[in-house]
Amino acid sequence: MTRSYLLRRLLIAVPVLLGTTLLIFSLVFALPGDPIRRLAGNHRISESTYREISHRYHLDEPFAVQYLEYIKGIAHGDLGEDFHGQEVSDIIKQRFPVTLRLTVGAFAIEILLGLLAAFVAALRKGTFLDSFILVSTLALITIPVFVLGFLAQLMFGVKLHWLPIAGIREGWLSYLLPALVLGVGSAASIGRFARSNLLENLSSEHINAATARGLPRHRVLGFHVLRNALVPIVTLLGLDFAFLMGGAPITEQIFNLPGLGQQLILGVQNENGPVVVGLVTLAALIFIFMNLLVDLLCAYLDPRIRYG
Amino acid sequence: MASQMGPSPVVAELDPQVDKQERDATLWGDVWKKLRRDKRFLIAATLILIFLLMGAVPQLFTHADPRQCDILKFAQRPSRHLWFGRDILGCDYYARVIYGARTSLIVGLVTSASTITIALIFGSIAGYFGGVPDAIIMRIADVWFSIPTILGAILLLTLIHGSGPLIVAFVLILFGWPDITRLVRASVVSGKERGYVRASRALGASNRYILAKHVLPNGIAPLFIYGAYGVGAAIGGEAGLTFLGVGLRLPTISWGLQIAVAQDRFFEFPHLLFFPSLFLSVLIGAFILLGETLRDALDPRVFGSA
Repeated sequence: MTRSYLLRRLLIAVPVLLGTTLLIFSLVFALPGDPIRRLAGNHRISESTYREISHRYHLDEPFAVQYLEYIKGIAHGDLGEDFHGQEVSDIIKQRFPVTLRLTVGAFAIEILLGLLAAFVAALRKGTFLDSFILVSTLALITIPVFVLGFLAQLMFGVKLHWLPIAGIREGWLSYLLPALVLGVGSAASIGRFARSNLLENLSSEHINAATARGLPRHRVLGFHVLRNALVPIVTLLGLDFAFLMGGAPITEQIFNLPGLGQQLILGVQNENGPVVVGLVTLAALIFIFMNLLVDLLCAYLDPRIRYG
Repeated sequence: MASQMGPSPVVAELDPQVDKQERDATLWGDVWKKLRRDKRFLIAATLILIFLLMGAVPQLFTHADPRQCDILKFAQRPSRHLWFGRDILGCDYYARVIYGARTSLIVGLVTSASTITIALIFGSIAGYFGGVPDAIIMRIADVWFSIPTILGAILLLTLIHGSGPLIVAFVLILFGWPDITRLVRASVVSGKERGYVRASRALGASNRYILAKHVLPNGIAPLFIYGAYGVGAAIGGEAGLTFLGVGLRLPTISWGLQIAVAQDRFFEFPHLLFFPSLFLSVLIGAFILLGETLRDALDPRVFGSA
């Protein structure tokens, strides 16, 4: 990989990072409502307490200063305190592993199942297996993740007793069903997308040339077809990561996993603004990082991108 | 073009068949011909029409009043008289589910149509003029794009304390427009350097004329595909947000709300979860299927083989 491309890509990410945090911050700032009054709830608070709290949280400073304080905090890994006085970054540290395991599991399922389905369908185009994969993937895309979650609980947990359906007490087994539920819809869309992509590549001239040169089938498929088909697939995988992050709160809610998504929902229910803002900021940062990674991976796979 | 010039008498004499084919061969004529033969399209279109009718005139499907409830008949199971049973407040569940179609359709159609319109305007400005407008629009899009739609929607809906189909649609549009704007921009960029566009410019055509007559018509076809997918995605998004407690609230009748209420009692009363989920999935599926058949019908690579 050329170093200049890497540098250029990193430089583009910086303004996006600043812009995104500014956007989230101004969304919170621009909205009506007084956080201190909200903090007090139904109680009346004295003028001096009010001033003391607004000074402590920099609420008496102008917008730009507040934003700078917030950015400074993020750079130090400090996302502020929630309304119960708990550090948001502590909450994240505590709950991040759960969400990480869930999303990594779902992502792995998405890639493995999706590509497997795509390869099988593309190589057996027009057979019963192909039609079966096409129909079942369409059904999986159609069913919303929470409906899928309940169906999975009912089938594998309650009826068959195969897998735990709530909590994380049984180690990695507890993550199997949630990750499957979260990942299988994305696997289906990746599968359909990759199938048409592979088919297109299979019928292209350089594949005929490679076959004519007498290369073994697995080499033709692995190097000549897959590498070309992989660029759009990787791009879609990166975009789909946003979908996984959006689905994580729903999945954690259904399977009662004590992760960040569940915390987000708790924050929503308790109107705990700092938690919600902190978690969404974190998600945006991760997503920006993922997009950067995808771009670099695509540039690695296809040299035309990095010199273009 | 062919119809403006009238059928060429020479060709007509030689082979009337050729002339007829040429007149039919507009993009949408071709697409329509293919769609009519596609069974999947017929299924999707029929389903969507039924749901549209359900959303517009629910009284056609049920005589019961979805807000007339009898708490003593709490969560009655489905029976021969009441196919869908009753919900936990004792309301006729069939009527509740039927009346839920309107909410989902409003959110889906408003979100998708507005997103496409915004993307069309900003994407074509950015792609066609390039330079400063391009940079401004696309950097703003990058920033909005960085916040995953559902999470951004959760944040905003928590902060604005609002509820209602249009507010949910607004939030979904706000976080959803960058994706399609990028696609429109890309297709305009690739379209504006084509030979016929350069020719038109050389003939002195104005920017507006070129954009409206040459560049956009070619970029618009794929928008119908995204539009169809977008309706499905927005309906699913609303249901998800409502399920999480930030979307719609009572007394709105919505499938997302019904599913949210049913989740706590789903082992005792599975019918409460089953019926709204079924309708929701079928409606989303119909729009996704519509998008897929449109894509297949519009794909120029398929044109050659057809």
